[in-house]
Amino acid sequence: MPPRSIDRDEVRDLLAEEDAQLVEVLPAKEYGEEHIVGAVNIPLKELDERAPRELERERPVIVYCNDYQ
Amino acid sequence: MGFPQVYDYAPGKKSWGSYGLPREGTNVPDRSAGDVAHRDVPTCTLADRLADVRARVRAAGWDTCIVVNEQRVVLGRLGRQAIATDTDESVEQAMTPGPSTVRPSIGAEDLLERMRTRNLTSFLVTTPDGRLVGLVRRGDLE
Repeated sequence: MPPRSIDRDEVRDLLAEEDAQLVEVLPAKEYGEEHIVGAVNIPLKELDERAPRELERERPVIVYCNDYQ
Repeated sequence: MGFPQVYDYAPGKKSWGSYGLPREGTNVPDRSAGDVAHRDVPTCTLADRLADVRARVRAAGWDTCIVVNEQRVVLGRLGRQAIATDTDESVEQAMTPGPSTVRPSIGAEDLLERMRTRNLTSFLVTTPDGRLVGLVRRGDLE
């Protein structure tokens, strides 16, 4: 099942109230140029491999990229 | 991913920045329009009496007033002339409708260049859905 799409207010709520993990799935270069404060970078191609090691399973995960794609 | 709670913020970082929310990185300007905007710029609605608006704006030391609706979406602007003169008009008649705006994420340097090119002394900052963030004066950027 695909992840549920959320808006910016829900992002802010999840970060503030649920200690969510924010993940930018773009390549490292684009992350370095600009990212949302507090986000970590796991490029989409590496997500399945790295997520179990680098993210906490019990906390919500919010993924994002540049814009609607 | 196999995680129980995964969400997709589909609008992404471009939208996040355009609402003036915090970003970082080598391409993020040190100062943006959202950082330098005067958020206390006076506002009024179409239902207000123009004479009352003028008195309030002048008393506050401003020479402009932004006309907004209930959601703070910008409808127009009462400029220096409209505030300074005492004509018998409505707010709607006196305002300049649909003023040019920029998003809070635009860098201060880029905004200054835009003002110089268009010979403007101030610019309104709004979110992508048109809600007022504030007003940037050219003098704040020079």
